[in-house]
Parts: sequence; C-alpha cells; structure tokens
Amino acid sequence: MKVDLKIYKIIKDSGIDFITSVPCQLLKEILKIIDDKNEIIYLPVTREEEGVGIAAGAYLGGKKPAVLMQNSGLGNSINAITSLLQYYEIPVIFFISHRGGEEEPISSHIPMGKITETLLGDITTKYWNISSNKDMSQIKTAINYSNENKVSVAILLKRSLWSE
Amino acid sequence: MKTFDALKKLIDVIDDQYIVCNLGQTSKELYHLKDRPQNFYMMGSNGLSSSIALGIALANPKLKIWCIDSGASLLMNLGSLSTISFANPLNLTLIVIDNGVYESTENQKTHTNHKTKLDAIARATGFESVFVIENREDIVPTFMELSPGSHFILIKTESENVDIPNISLSSKNIKTRFMETIAKSNK
Repeated sequence: MKVDLKIYKIIKDSGIDFITSVPCQLLKEILKIIDDKNEIIYLPVTREEEGVGIAAGAYLGGKKPAVLMQNSGLGNSINAITSLLQYYEIPVIFFISHRGGEEEPISSHIPMGKITETLLGDITTKYWNISSNKDMSQIKTAINYSNENKVSVAILLKRSLWSE
Repeated sequence: MKTFDALKKLIDVIDDQYIVCNLGQTSKELYHLKDRPQNFYMMGSNGLSSSIALGIALANPKLKIWCIDSGASLLMNLGSLSTISFANPLNLTLIVIDNGVYESTENQKTHTNHKTKLDAIARATGFESVFVIENREDIVPTFMELSPGSHFILIKTESENVDIPNISLSSKNIKTRFMETIAKSNK
C-alpha cells in the first residue's frame, strides 16, 4: 500500500473525524484521498492558525480534529496552539510535513526546517518523527498519547517517507 | 450606540444559541449581562473567534451558533470570512461589533476608521446575507427576519471606556460547561 493511503487509514481508524488543512507538495496525495473518500469532515482553510481555531471549535462541538499543514504553518500557529489549545486544554493532532530538511529543493524552507523540532519543544508539544515505513506505527502511538493525556501532539512527516 | 447597548439588545434575541464571544470588553460585558454555559468566552487567541464558531457549527449542524466578534479581531483573520463562505454552514451568524478602535489598549484607531468596509469584504467573500446596523432599535427586527444560513451582521458602535471587572471563570470551567451543554443537547 502506498504511504499516503496508509496514513489515511491510520487517521480514519484512529477516530479522527474532522480535518482542516493548508496544502503542501508532500501532503498533496493524502489531501486528495481525504477529499475523494469524503468520510471525514474536511475543510481547506486560508491560513494555518485559522485551521487551528476551526479544529478547536470542532473539538468543543464533540469532534476529534486534526490539522494537516507544512512546518511553515507551525510558525503561523504558535499563538493559537499556546493561547487557545493549551489555555483551554483542547487536544488537536497535527500532521506536519517537515520541509527544509535533507534534499529540500526550495532553499526558503531551510530556516524553518532547522528550528521546527526546537519550536515544538519550546511550546512543549510532543512530536514523533516519521521518516520511513517502519516508523508508521509511531503515528498511532502519537495519537494514543494525545487521547490519553488530552494534549495536542505533532506528527512530523519527513520527505524521506515518500522517497523510499 | 455603545457596545453595551448593542449587547443588551442582543440578549433579547438570545434563546438556545451557542455563542463564541471575543475577548476584551465584549466578553466581559456579555458575562456580566447574561452569563450562561452556552457562552464560550474566547480569552486567548485574538482573531480566532469566528474560526472557533465555524468549527462548532460544522460539527453540530442542528445547533444555532453565534459568533460575537469585534471589528479589530476580524481584521486579524479576514481569511475566516472566505472560509465560512466556502463552508456555508446553515447555522452560523457572525455578529461583528465594531467600535473602530482597540478600546482595551487606549483606543488606537483600527483601519475600519479609514476606508475599510467589513460588510463589503463579507459580500465580496461570498456572504449573501449581510446587514449593517447603526441604530439599536434595528437589532431585534434584523434578527427576527433571519432564515437558516450564514449571516454577517455588522453593528457599528462607539467606544465607551467603562471599567468592567474581569470574567471570574477559569478557562477550563468555560470549556467544560460549554462542552457538557453541547453533549447534552446532542443526546
């Protein structure tokens, strides 16, 4: 099974039923599957922090939300993650494509790529690196951690995941 | 009309709506005028009230959702209008109380004091039901004629500079009672 379909199945089986996203080249196939299957409420948004706000509302309304975005969007979302999600103890699962790492073709991604993990550490958000097929089970681990501790978590999807 | 006057009229229309209310003066006034578990006081991430309300509306299509936002807050998240219009929930009314200033921080003017027209932006993003209210007597009749849909209601007010005590609820309390009330209504 292709990486993208595997990730979709993990998302679906975990009970995530509400997704907001801003697209990334690496996430294009997953987003297409989510849109085509139409099994999960899916809303493209204009900016990542807006997506965090909508996801927070979905949680208040009884859903189990996730946000799919690029790590540049993490920069756009820091205040929403701290002053909204952490302040009100609202858990959201973040699937973040980690641009600006090895073999990054677009150099403007490199500054944010370098600090992405530090940034998640600074906002005390636990993250799991998914670099290859063998890491895939860690996605479920991350979601379970969020469910058990009622905190947001980040799943960092590395470019190498798609180049195996 | 002051924000307080607008809220007093809005309270006459409140029935079973779930309300996301933006931080600052608006939330504090609503809290002291009519606190209820269905009020979510958004005290942290300025700009995101309308997004939170959209998430609640999409998660619960049978409930009526209001967002009481401020002009300055909406200016921080104009993309939200575009997303609400795209999602087009039938149960969301976005009420923007705009006094044209950042009142909590000594009344610096916002751009709606210049040429920016929030109602025109709402229309341009695709809202079909847009109202501008300048007199408090028009508030109740406007709400009486709303049919299911996404509505944008701009209420123009003047700054009031009154000192209102803070909300004495914890963030966890605000969230928990709000979520419990929604869960009950879905049973």
